[in-house]
Amino acid sequence: MRFSSVPRLPAGVGIGFKPDFFDGLVDGTHRPAFLEVHAENYMGAGGLPHFQLGRLRELYPISLHGVGLSIGGERPLDREHLNRLRLLIDRYEPASFSEHLAWSSHDVAYFNDLLPVAYNRDTLDRVCDHIDLVQEYLRCRMLLENPSTYVEFSSSTMDEVDFLAAIARRTGCGLLLDVNNVQVSCVNHRRDPFAYLDAFPVEAVGEIHLGGHAEDQDDLGDRLLIDSHDRPVDADVWVLYARLVRRMGPCATLIEWDNDVPPLAELMSEARRAGEILHAEALEKRQNTGHRA
Amino acid sequence: MDRRSINLALAVSVAAAVTSVSLPAQAQDAANEKCFGVSLKGKNDCAAGPGTTCAGTSKIDYQGNAWKLVPKGTCPKTASPASSTGFGQLKEFKEKKA
Amino acid sequence: MSGQVDFSRALVDPNVPPPSGLRKEGGRIPSRRFNVYRNNVTVSLCDALAQTFPVVRQMVGDEFFAAMAREFVLVHPPKSPIMSGYGEEFPDFVRAFGPAASLPYLADLARLEFLQVEAFHAADAAPFEPGLLATFVSEQLADLRFRAHPATRIITSAFAVASLWFAHHGQGDLGDIDPARPETVLITRPDFAVRIYRLPQGAFPFFSSVLAGQPLGVGAQEALPGDETFDLPGALALLLESGATEAVTLEKDAEHGPI
Repeated sequence: MRFSSVPRLPAGVGIGFKPDFFDGLVDGTHRPAFLEVHAENYMGAGGLPHFQLGRLRELYPISLHGVGLSIGGERPLDREHLNRLRLLIDRYEPASFSEHLAWSSHDVAYFNDLLPVAYNRDTLDRVCDHIDLVQEYLRCRMLLENPSTYVEFSSSTMDEVDFLAAIARRTGCGLLLDVNNVQVSCVNHRRDPFAYLDAFPVEAVGEIHLGGHAEDQDDLGDRLLIDSHDRPVDADVWVLYARLVRRMGPCATLIEWDNDVPPLAELMSEARRAGEILHAEALEKRQNTGHRA
Repeated sequence: MDRRSINLALAVSVAAAVTSVSLPAQAQDAANEKCFGVSLKGKNDCAAGPGTTCAGTSKIDYQGNAWKLVPKGTCPKTASPASSTGFGQLKEFKEKKA
Repeated sequence: MSGQVDFSRALVDPNVPPPSGLRKEGGRIPSRRFNVYRNNVTVSLCDALAQTFPVVRQMVGDEFFAAMAREFVLVHPPKSPIMSGYGEEFPDFVRAFGPAASLPYLADLARLEFLQVEAFHAADAAPFEPGLLATFVSEQLADLRFRAHPATRIITSAFAVASLWFAHHGQGDLGDIDPARPETVLITRPDFAVRIYRLPQGAFPFFSSVLAGQPLGVGAQEALPGDETFDLPGALALLLESGATEAVTLEKDAEHGPI
């Protein structure tokens, strides 16, 4: 199924919205290119969250980012949750809806974490069925985000990039490329993040995420990165980002900072840094393309 | 009480109440309003409760070893009817094994 | 056998070994790696409880709260991804939690905090404008029914939960409170800020009756004969001022008959 009429996020740098940022975003002190909110934080009946989001959507393109749909789950999707998402999308008409290649609930328990999926033919079929249903139900094209993972499964037979590319091909969904997740997963599983990015189907990418991670050690004493979103973007991730943007051109980019959230001004300075890379590398790409033409 | 007395009591009460009540703040001003009775510093989302996360944590806290539990926060140190010795009688608690 | 069933079981219970389907690292089960997930689940859920129950946490201290929260998470994982609704069973859990037995008021305080979060996210409605009462003649007043605002909640407790809550928000001295004094709490949110009121002595029957949609005359009668200290004008003023109601209707209810 193809959905062409969906508004797109602008090719600038956005930030994850937190309630404390409201005043600075509304009074014009700060002006990111777009705002991303977690869908599940706007599923109450009323109150301040809806007041704020209603006001913000008049000023900014909104990216609605779900964390609880459990698209990678073995169980059927939760229709009640799909209904709640549809209500939000109808009400706020976001420029983008995204979710994760992960699962987070099993039977009646919800684990509040993005849990890993094995990559093989069976899980590919299941994830594609779920995404078909989501897109049909929400009547929009969704973006699927690559996960941060800490373990792998012996039943996996495909690599993650091939798995995501196959999903995008089969369902027509777009991809959300989280560059920090690429770094975290590649270091954790001893893979080359540059090779990962070079193989990634960038034509399907509708948004890029950047965020900070923590470092620990695994059982063998090797580096174990944790996707903690609690600090500035890592130097290695900036390098990956620059390379990605040079390859694919300008793309909506989000700074994610969810724990130990800094003041808005500090977050905006991270956003500016991303913006500088975005414009410099995109310009480079244009010039290179021009020379060749 | 008969209906007439109730009506009378209500009429007096309503008149008194309506004159004493100042109107609640209007909704459009409320985003800037402090929580009633308290000013929760640095929070304009008083009582919002938790939000979701798509991040992990490096804080190690899943371990379920046996532990001693001693409430030692701000609990008022007043004798309570449910505890014959009052506050301060602390119990050691072993975590249940699954 | 489902991989996610195994994974789930090991996730919430540290005494269960990591699931068997994980790829080994250097010939070994990647326990520390799996523990990242255990940690993410437990910490994020305990943090969610800490955000919903900040006063309970202050009262017992961070360490006690964390331990109590971990026990709760194990028995009551969330049923929905909407974290602001997580912890509905926490007050009852606290009531039955042995190590907290020396603080018998803790469960009701937890209940107050949960209802406060619930009120924060409740549906919006404009509060009833008190001046409109002047449009009714005195004979009609007893038959008026208020409709409670969607955010309105009321708690009655054998303990001084409102005073304890206020003291933790800088209003009043904790040392002056007798926790064993019963209190009734009204929670409302006529706009976007939650309001917490300690109801005056004897006002609970009136408030619970009127907020349940009983005619004003019934509410007034419930309280008046039973309690000499009950102050009807004061209670009515608080009902109006708090924004706990959104509308009033004038209708006879056959079920209750004329007063």
